[in-house]
Amino acid sequence: MNKHLLLGAEAIALGALDAGISGVYAYPGTPSTEITEYIQKNSDALAQPVRSSWSTNEKTAYEAALGMSYAGKRSLVCMKHVGLNVAADAFINSAITGVNGGLVVAVADDPSMHSSQNEQDSRVYGKFAMLPVLEPSSQQDLYTATREAFDLSESVKLPVLLRLTTRLAHSRAGVERTLARMQNPLHAIYAPERFVLIPQNARRQYNVLLGMQKELEKRSEQSWLNRLITGTGSRGVIAFGIAFNYTMEVRQTFKLDFPVLQIGQYPLPRKQVESFFTSCDTILVAEEGYPVYEELLRGYFGGENIKGRMDGTLPRAGELNADIIASGLGIEPMPVMPVPDIVVQRPPALCKGCGHRDLYDALTAVMSSFREHHVFSDIGCYTLGALEPFNAIHTCVDMGASITMAKGAADAGLRPAVAVIGDSTFTHSGMTGLLDAINDRSPLTVIIADNDTTAMTGGQQSSATGSKLLDICRGLGVEEEHLKTIVPLKSHLEENMTVLKEEISYDGVSVVIAQRECIETAARKKRTKVAST
Amino acid sequence: MHINIILAGVGGQGILTIAAVIGRAALQSNLTIRQTEVHGMSQRGGAVQSHLRISNRTIYSDLIAEGTAHMILSVEPHEALRYLPFLAPQSRIITSIDPFINVENYPAIEDILAELRRTNSPVLVNAAELAREAGNARTSNMVMLGAAAPYIRIATEQLESAIGELFHAKGPDIVDINIRAFRKGQELSQTQATEL
Repeated sequence: MNKHLLLGAEAIALGALDAGISGVYAYPGTPSTEITEYIQKNSDALAQPVRSSWSTNEKTAYEAALGMSYAGKRSLVCMKHVGLNVAADAFINSAITGVNGGLVVAVADDPSMHSSQNEQDSRVYGKFAMLPVLEPSSQQDLYTATREAFDLSESVKLPVLLRLTTRLAHSRAGVERTLARMQNPLHAIYAPERFVLIPQNARRQYNVLLGMQKELEKRSEQSWLNRLITGTGSRGVIAFGIAFNYTMEVRQTFKLDFPVLQIGQYPLPRKQVESFFTSCDTILVAEEGYPVYEELLRGYFGGENIKGRMDGTLPRAGELNADIIASGLGIEPMPVMPVPDIVVQRPPALCKGCGHRDLYDALTAVMSSFREHHVFSDIGCYTLGALEPFNAIHTCVDMGASITMAKGAADAGLRPAVAVIGDSTFTHSGMTGLLDAINDRSPLTVIIADNDTTAMTGGQQSSATGSKLLDICRGLGVEEEHLKTIVPLKSHLEENMTVLKEEISYDGVSVVIAQRECIETAARKKRTKVAST
Repeated sequence: MHINIILAGVGGQGILTIAAVIGRAALQSNLTIRQTEVHGMSQRGGAVQSHLRISNRTIYSDLIAEGTAHMILSVEPHEALRYLPFLAPQSRIITSIDPFINVENYPAIEDILAELRRTNSPVLVNAAELAREAGNARTSNMVMLGAAAPYIRIATEQLESAIGELFHAKGPDIVDINIRAFRKGQELSQTQATEL
């Protein structure tokens, strides 16, 4: 079989491997996780070797990738859209320093928020950092574009942002591979004038970046990712990224022949767009995510002839599909069968036998004895504690926010102030907040739900679990007598309640670590063990 | 040749294995394929769907448009109904009749079956029973793949060889049981088709 059946995420991974990366750096996050997982399991990558274990968070991942690039080698860094918020400081500034070895940052956005707290559009970050952005529309194009992104990065000496969205990341197709390229040799450069961002260097480097913009636009004009599908009629569609697929699907299904300008590389190829506008009377702008370029095009050309998300022709929020594009083009929807009335929702829930269930049973019982029973929580499987039948947590905002929000609420006078955070989320962004609380002696109880894995995204290695977590808490200054461990099991309910009640009543920082392995991970380990014997 | 299949079930029921088998077989038959998966939040006992598209021409969209699915292949009867708006006219549901009940307001099975029978010649499969007959209750998904096989224009040999490759690492016994389960489903479906 010449073709490999790959998810979009995996096509990026294979493209990067064949481009000769020496390392991938990432923190798991749906829908980006499978990029790194593919490299971790790939036998060629293991043989090279290509460095691939999980980073503590997206910022550490990004900086390590930049360091590998500084040393002359190619590196890939991957994250979900909200992860780029965490890595943003490094990301924006790496556009000022530029790179040495090719550096590609693959960011998977999640429009419709299938597994996320917002649907921010990473192309905005690309514009913000003034970097080239690639947005291929098929798995094969993802493979090819990823390979070429490393050449582009080395040629313009800038990081390249590769953006994709959920459907492409999590859809499989046959992908053809081309000959793999060797890794770069180690060739670290002394270039303090670029990499030491004191104001005098930063100002000069910023001007270098500004001066590059024309060149980047020229590259976009020449890119195969931006192309015109000729057609007839005065109505055209500018289709960005995956919106191209839905547009072409409609064109094929309804046997239409309107012209389409496909955009897959930014900055926007101004000449191509201008010429497309001269050839059409009205234009539908189809973008997956925010109306980033629709807004810009309305500024260029005026609003009358432009349709899109901003005038309600397409919905302002949520991912696109062929039905939405068809309706945006004025095609009457076919009558379809309705969903029968008897069909009920089947929301995600904590697994049967999951330790988080027993933790919440104990915590909710304890909290019910207080007048105020706010529980600040975080991002992971345990967020499902917000749903029936638990209703156990009252916040989930961003990675690590449970501890810092509980601290702020405690500072405001809220008693008790309780945070529930997972092991992986704690090391991602919780540790620093705990240090703030300790320095302020804030009356706060942090419950770390340590299930020995990053469970929500499928059971990836967590940066610190078990005794390492205890050591971190001690190191940060948690008092030994207020650092407790419990085992969240039904049979331990009474004693767990006692420990939680004591620590929640303590007028200072206390940490309770609930240690019990994720049942999914445990079952997976057992299966692997059986298979290997 | 152009087939759109909606695969439906509950997280953990093995619909992605069905997709993997069909995908592999399609690729070996030199067909174009697109197959979406659901990851993350929705996996935890929630409703899971996968859009599977096979064609001998370019496929643009990873998602199936409403009213254009040639088949809803479901490993759970209630889940089959959830995706009815996707079904094209004269297309059918092929579903297991074994309910997976993890919500309190799960409807009565008789009502579900009545709704299913209201659709165009559904193929209703006692998948769990056939899986047990094949040797392992966990092969319900392969029974369902077999039941769908007569309506997917891919050669049986290709599908069976894909099952073999997919379960190869688990040993010949597991491969045999899964192929037996596949054939049980196929047999039932063919019998139903001749009775029609």
